[in-house]
Amino acid sequence: MHEFYVLQEFMLHTKGIVYILMVAILLGMVGFWHFLTGREED
Amino acid sequence: MSEESAVVTGKKPFVPGKSLLTPFNIIAGIIVIVGLFITVLRFTKGLGTVTNLDDNYPWGIWIGFDLLAGVALAAGGYVTSAAVYIFGMKRFHSAVRPAILTGFLGYALVVFALHYDVGRAWRLPYPFIMQQGTTSLLFEVAACVALYLTVLFIECTPAPLEWLGFKKARNIAVKLTMLLTIFGVVLSTLHQSSLGALFLLAPSKLHPLWYSGYLPVFFFVSSIIAGLSMVIFESTLSHHYFADKMDETHMNEKEGVALGFGKAASLVLAGYFSIKVIGIAVDNNWHYLATGYGAWFLVELIGFIALPCLLYAVGVREKNLTLIKWTSGLAVLGIIINRLNVCLIAFNWHLPSEDKYFPHWMEIGISVFIVTVGILVFRFVVTRMPILYEHPDYKDSH
Repeated sequence: MHEFYVLQEFMLHTKGIVYILMVAILLGMVGFWHFLTGREED
Repeated sequence: MSEESAVVTGKKPFVPGKSLLTPFNIIAGIIVIVGLFITVLRFTKGLGTVTNLDDNYPWGIWIGFDLLAGVALAAGGYVTSAAVYIFGMKRFHSAVRPAILTGFLGYALVVFALHYDVGRAWRLPYPFIMQQGTTSLLFEVAACVALYLTVLFIECTPAPLEWLGFKKARNIAVKLTMLLTIFGVVLSTLHQSSLGALFLLAPSKLHPLWYSGYLPVFFFVSSIIAGLSMVIFESTLSHHYFADKMDETHMNEKEGVALGFGKAASLVLAGYFSIKVIGIAVDNNWHYLATGYGAWFLVELIGFIALPCLLYAVGVREKNLTLIKWTSGLAVLGIIINRLNVCLIAFNWHLPSEDKYFPHWMEIGISVFIVTVGILVFRFVVTRMPILYEHPDYKDSH
């Protein structure tokens, strides 16, 4: 497990992961929306 | 009276020789008798006789299942009325009355179940008249549940008023619909999230994978999933058991309701899955996933959030109503498991297994009794009142 010595290190680590996750989620949501509505008639 | 006229007026025809001793009635009767027996024991001998509650677990399944899961699963009322009246999705109109009725019965039974836990019924109004202040989350929950139960009661009244023929009172109740819907959404947002916020008080007791600063958000978002799934689930059962009570509009709209609500549930589940993963990342709890509790958390996250999300999406894409209906059952089960995890299973996770709580059979008996009472009242209402059909005197009056 990653060792943290000060709060700043912890925040940098967790925020960094959350930012990467958010980019993945935003892209994933676009793909998921296309999958969900792909066969809908206009 | 012919069968057809019986359906439109809601009055049951007399069928000579039809016995009340059906398998359902016999089983429900036995459950009610056992439930009444345990009720007498609970209120004469106390909690210790009928429950396994102790100082570590003052809240058992009467809170975890009857209250937390009950409130979440009764969310169909505000979700459906918001979709139809606020967002203008009139194509779901036939789903409103059954959803409001399910919501009202759900909340009424939550308050009924709370009496078993709290005990002295005459003290139920105490939060409003005798208290230390209004900053308690339990005060907020009590206030919202009391107000929302009243809102749901008024929203429910047009059906019995139509049945009884009170036109003026019915018209007044219908005119209040928009106001009540907005009030209902506000109250639901407040207390659904506050039920999750209650557990913010116990960071050392609730397992870190379930404990999160986002618990109120998790509870609110998952209540929308519960509401949407419960409407599909209840509609499936109603179509199976009360098809003879449904009019043409209800029959024509059922496919659209399942597809529309399934699509919404799929999207909200995707969002819920995302914020649950972000919840792990924010607190850096990844290492807990490799433990026993982590495995159980993954069962909930993958089996009861990601899987129903995907199944709903495939069901909507393929227009597979059977898949959507089965998925609604899976999603409802997932919400029940989540509430039990937060309240009981992942609660006091440091305790040795011999000190962990397992409900007494009489606690389970009371929960089954309460669900059975709900089903019996639901059946009584939909077989008599215009819930699954429009009353002929008020057709197209919405």
